[in-house]
Amino acid sequence: MTDPIAAAFAGHGRRAALMPYLMGGYPDLETSRAVAEACAEAGADLIELGVPFSDPLADGPVIHAAATHALAGGVTVDQVLGVCAAAAARLPVMLMVYANAVLAHGAEAFVARAADAGAAGLIVPDLPHDEAAELRAACDAAGLALIPLVAPSTSPERLEAIGAEARGFVYTVSLAGTTGERSALPPELPELVRRVRAAAEPTPVAVGFGIASGEQARAVAEIADGVIVGSRVVRAAGEGGAPAVRELVGELAGALE
Amino acid sequence: MSDAISPAGSLERRFGAYGGRYVPETLIPALDELERAWLEARADEGFGAELATLLRDFAGRPTPLYRAGRLSEEVGRTVYLKREDLLHTGAHKINNALGQALLAKRMGKDRVIAETGAGQHGVATATACALLGLECVIYMGSEDMRRQRPNVERMGLLGAEVAEVEAGARTLKEAVSEAIRDWVTNSAGTHYVIGSAVGPAPYPALVRDLQRTIGDEARAQILEREGRLPDRVIACVGGGSNAIGTFVAFEADEGVELVGVEAAGEGIESGRHSAPLSTGARGILHGAMSAVMQDSDGQIVEAHSISAGLDYPASGPEHAELRDSGRARYVAVGDDEAVASFRRLCRLEGLIPALEPSHAVAWLLGAGIEAAAGAERNGSTGTGLDLLTLSGRGDKDLAEVLGLD
Repeated sequence: MTDPIAAAFAGHGRRAALMPYLMGGYPDLETSRAVAEACAEAGADLIELGVPFSDPLADGPVIHAAATHALAGGVTVDQVLGVCAAAAARLPVMLMVYANAVLAHGAEAFVARAADAGAAGLIVPDLPHDEAAELRAACDAAGLALIPLVAPSTSPERLEAIGAEARGFVYTVSLAGTTGERSALPPELPELVRRVRAAAEPTPVAVGFGIASGEQARAVAEIADGVIVGSRVVRAAGEGGAPAVRELVGELAGALE
Repeated sequence: MSDAISPAGSLERRFGAYGGRYVPETLIPALDELERAWLEARADEGFGAELATLLRDFAGRPTPLYRAGRLSEEVGRTVYLKREDLLHTGAHKINNALGQALLAKRMGKDRVIAETGAGQHGVATATACALLGLECVIYMGSEDMRRQRPNVERMGLLGAEVAEVEAGARTLKEAVSEAIRDWVTNSAGTHYVIGSAVGPAPYPALVRDLQRTIGDEARAQILEREGRLPDRVIACVGGGSNAIGTFVAFEADEGVELVGVEAAGEGIESGRHSAPLSTGARGILHGAMSAVMQDSDGQIVEAHSISAGLDYPASGPEHAELRDSGRARYVAVGDDEAVASFRRLCRLEGLIPALEPSHAVAWLLGAGIEAAAGAERNGSTGTGLDLLTLSGRGDKDLAEVLGLD
């Protein structure tokens, strides 16, 4: 069985793999399906699909507001899994989901639903390494990758432990803070990525949080295997729907040539 | 005096299946640092003495244990009230705020953040920060700011910045989330003073340690006065810090029944309540696994209670474990009964209680007959001895209660 995540990181043909983030059900269910499609058409290698949650602690204002909007529109986890199933036909989908949505019905039950929907991996931003053993085992059994997150504050010892158990890729949070566009990349980022890479080898390293422009994406692509763009894409989806996302993702993909 | 923080064994990260640290990776080192700092501070006699002095001279500890004669007659049992309402800033919240602000200073963090619902914890934290010369930012939902204007003014006078939170229902749950987001960004130089026995480890254990002065004092006081332990220890539970601080001192006393009183709001069946221990499934909110009010998708449900201090959709994880183990039991009392008891206690005892402990008083008043009937069957009428933690005074609630007329 080929690993779709490894294949995406190996076969993008650019400086790095491009992974836009979109919020399931934002601005509405149909548009989010079209946004996923637009990402695939415009050159994304993987997508991160957010499951809206009522209390998203890792997210800044744009993604938080998108989740609130989606939930107010009545979007359910099942419907977002439907978006996942449609997108998974085109490219590997990472479900970004908060721990309570996973654990409300038990780890195994959620993983089975995600696998049925064709997800390639799970990203759970409030489930740090120490709490993740049960879910990682459930994901392993179902052939899903539980993507670990590391941050600038992660100690060398933790980095070793996380790298040793990493699946899919290591999601490197570029800065101390929540998701959201920033005007500049942190100056310490190259050193952070170097440390993560050393601990995670041979697992690929992707960077997210604060990346909004083609210029920033290209700079990250110089040092990492993957570039994750979240709030900027969600903003485009809200402002101009799938056409705006297609244009934005096309620009980002072009910057990684 | 260093027994203001009695040792409670190690610092638990989990209470049975509950607790844990469900937070973004960025915060893990800050939680590790806090855990180490508290273990060191807790064992440091100098720190204990400094805190004990502040609690005595600044906050007003020890608080009296008051034999409520007319309430006892009404209930048909002997009732003692632990008078946390007499503390500086009007509630038990100051015990925790002073301890954590002192800890922040010890950790070299000169900026403190906190969340507040009704404003009691915000005022307590702003007070502690003014006292210790720390920068202070309090997150508060805009709806709570509107309802609790005087406390917003108090925090301003004390030099704190009140940061308005516009998300969600614009109340306590969102204020906690915003404070955590601030901490994710600024944890290097900032300490987050969480206001209840909730949140990621080590907070539930840290807050319990700082609040157990309530229970330790009360246990010694009732032994001195009555020569025996109470039959029942009763406290209201939102996040549950006054309750856990009371219960922990009696946990090893097998014959003492522990009763936590949640807010049933407009009624459990209405869905508009704040009673996660009575109704909620296991879930994760604000970094801890506990009893959480949620829908079938795991979305957190808004809590409802007339009492802003109980208006939170999760309980502290140690309460969830005490419930499951059967060591404590949890009941719920609605808005109307709480308000009626608020008024009753004013007339019976000349005490204007906060709406939060009014829930506990209401349970006592309602349950007195039931308990006496049980006692008769046991052949021991009228000898029941109860201890109830009166966690705060009701000045803050006058507008709310009088507005009902």
